[in-house]
Amino acid sequence: MSSQRPSAWYAVPAFAFFALFAALPMLLVIYLSFTAWDSLGTPRLNGGENWARLLDDAEARASVWRTLLLMVMSWLVQTPIALLVGVWAAGKQRSRAVLSSIFFLPLLLSTTAIALLWNALMEPNFGAFVGGPLFLGDPDIALYTVVLVISWQFIPFHTLLYQGAARAVPPSLYEAATIDGASRVSKFRHITLPQLRYTIVTSSVLMLVGSLTTFDTVLILTQGGPGTATRILPLHMYITGFKGFEMGYASAIAVVLVVLGTALSLAVMRWSGFRSMSSQQEGS
Amino acid sequence: MSRRSWVRPLLAMGLVAVTAVVSACGTSGPGETSAGSLKIWALEDPVLNKIEQKSIDSFKANGGNASLETFGNDPYKQRLRVAMGSPQAPDLFFNWGGGNLKEYVDAGKVADLTSVLEENKAAKDAFIPSVLDGAKLDGKYYGVPMRGMQPVLLFFNKQVFKDAGVEPPTTWDQLLTLVDTFKAKNITPIALAGTQAWTELMWAEYVLDRFAGHEVFKNIRDNGPAGWKDPAVVAAMSKLKELIDRGGFGQSFASVGYDAGGASTLLAQGKAAMHLMGTWEYTNQLDQSPDFVKQGNLGWVAFPSIPGGKGDPSNLVGNVSNFYSATADSKNLDAAKKFVTTTLHEDSYIDALIEAGDVPPVVGAEEKLKKSPNPEYASFIYELVLDTKNFQLSWDQDLPADDATFMLTQLQEFFLGKVSPQQFVDAVAAR
Repeated sequence: MSSQRPSAWYAVPAFAFFALFAALPMLLVIYLSFTAWDSLGTPRLNGGENWARLLDDAEARASVWRTLLLMVMSWLVQTPIALLVGVWAAGKQRSRAVLSSIFFLPLLLSTTAIALLWNALMEPNFGAFVGGPLFLGDPDIALYTVVLVISWQFIPFHTLLYQGAARAVPPSLYEAATIDGASRVSKFRHITLPQLRYTIVTSSVLMLVGSLTTFDTVLILTQGGPGTATRILPLHMYITGFKGFEMGYASAIAVVLVVLGTALSLAVMRWSGFRSMSSQQEGS
Repeated sequence: MSRRSWVRPLLAMGLVAVTAVVSACGTSGPGETSAGSLKIWALEDPVLNKIEQKSIDSFKANGGNASLETFGNDPYKQRLRVAMGSPQAPDLFFNWGGGNLKEYVDAGKVADLTSVLEENKAAKDAFIPSVLDGAKLDGKYYGVPMRGMQPVLLFFNKQVFKDAGVEPPTTWDQLLTLVDTFKAKNITPIALAGTQAWTELMWAEYVLDRFAGHEVFKNIRDNGPAGWKDPAVVAAMSKLKELIDRGGFGQSFASVGYDAGGASTLLAQGKAAMHLMGTWEYTNQLDQSPDFVKQGNLGWVAFPSIPGGKGDPSNLVGNVSNFYSATADSKNLDAAKKFVTTTLHEDSYIDALIEAGDVPPVVGAEEKLKKSPNPEYASFIYELVLDTKNFQLSWDQDLPADDATFMLTQLQEFFLGKVSPQQFVDAVAAR
């Protein structure tokens, strides 16, 4: 045992916390997913009934599909905007600093406030877009509206990540490129983007896993409606568990969410080479 | 790292976890009851909670001991579920009667109040029988009414009707004609808070009841989802679809809410002509659009009849009343029984309910209702309930929670036109 490293004792609080609030509930949920429980009385083991039902449940399938769509759409909308604005905001000019601080305002609002705000703005009779498209009332549009609201909320956060990372790119790289006569665009392509690679990975993992488990925004904004147009998987789980009180079946959905989330972040890590991350800067 | 160095941290970890669990179990918050003190749970309501507290105070003055805890709607339902199996369960709990209560009864959690009601004839006879029946399951009483009766009425904007030179509908065909009239005037015929499935449910409940009679739903409730296959359901839903397709609810109802700035505001501002809603709509309008009510522009009628329909036009749907039920395992069962048979029909409690604008579930209240802040409205509701042949509890409260939740989802899809009457029936019958 190396005397340089901190004793394993230091990890105890973290492990205990994880065991009690993550691992233990997860095991309980796996157990519950094999029971029928209406939260009255005691859970009754029913074998794989919930799982068989899950395979058969068209609504669950549709909500998985909606969740994936929401995930991909929010990534596609957020990443380019956050990247470009972040790099732009990394400049030291005063005007940029002022504009960025305005731009970061949504970061200060709670999710609930944001969802209520947009809900009021898009009210069809008294909102800001009366006579316009039914942003929350048209089943064909509602999911995209959700993507927009989520993007509005989270782009500033990801911009902040990119801003910090872009500022850490050594100026010497740009200076060398300038001497070689590189254009702005090729500097962005050949210096900024490669240097931001790991930030892109981090931000993407946060975005993808974040939108996989998004719940509060959708609950307040649309409650999964109109009809089931925005009923994503976490919401389907909530409605099954806490409105229908089918705790067993809701637990099965929860397990699917855990598996999807874990698989997703593992896949992104592997695919992006995040594990072998090493500094690309001189002197390391 | 040696093996040993892992063992102690692991042990410590386990210790921390165990300590945390033990201390969590050991603390019982304000929920702890001393022996003999009744723990009463009710739904939060700024006006009614005060009245309920008063009845508790008078119970205390007579030597009893009780305390009231209140919760918001959804948290209440969730909390009650979790608490009922635990030592934290209340002694008396608020509920809606019907199938909602039945789940608890079937789980053996609710005390049978039949004998105590039979012994206290004065208490039993004080209540309107059809309302008391709201908590009667398999011939036994499991609850005593404790709040006002809330049937669903068709509200309308008198000014809008006057401007169009028309009268409120008494038949389904008149309703359809009115839809065309108001559409031509660019007014949404019927306001509907479509973000909330229960507002759409009111339409389905009344249309099925008027068209086919109340037995169809009773059969579904008592004999399971296969009852939905009764051909009358498809026929009634087709009638409703006609109303939707005709533009009865306008185009944007799917994102209209019931809270401030929603359906009620549409009615008050004359942007909509009618609104089907529970009796609380009156107080709600008085609160949000006081001028609208004070100028006498809020009108109300019973739901129109459907000519040739089997249902009695006097039938009502809505919240029959709210009930207090006693927990079967309660240590204070005798005190609980005493509470429900003494305090809930006494004059001071009923008078306070009337003063708050509620219509109490007791017989012989005609004279007292003249003292109501809205005597005309309160008497109208009272007469409706006394005359009704059947008062159907809202379906979502009368079915088990899982079936109700599924049905509400299907209903929203139906109103959006994504699901046909037949598909609706097939889906809910297959549960």
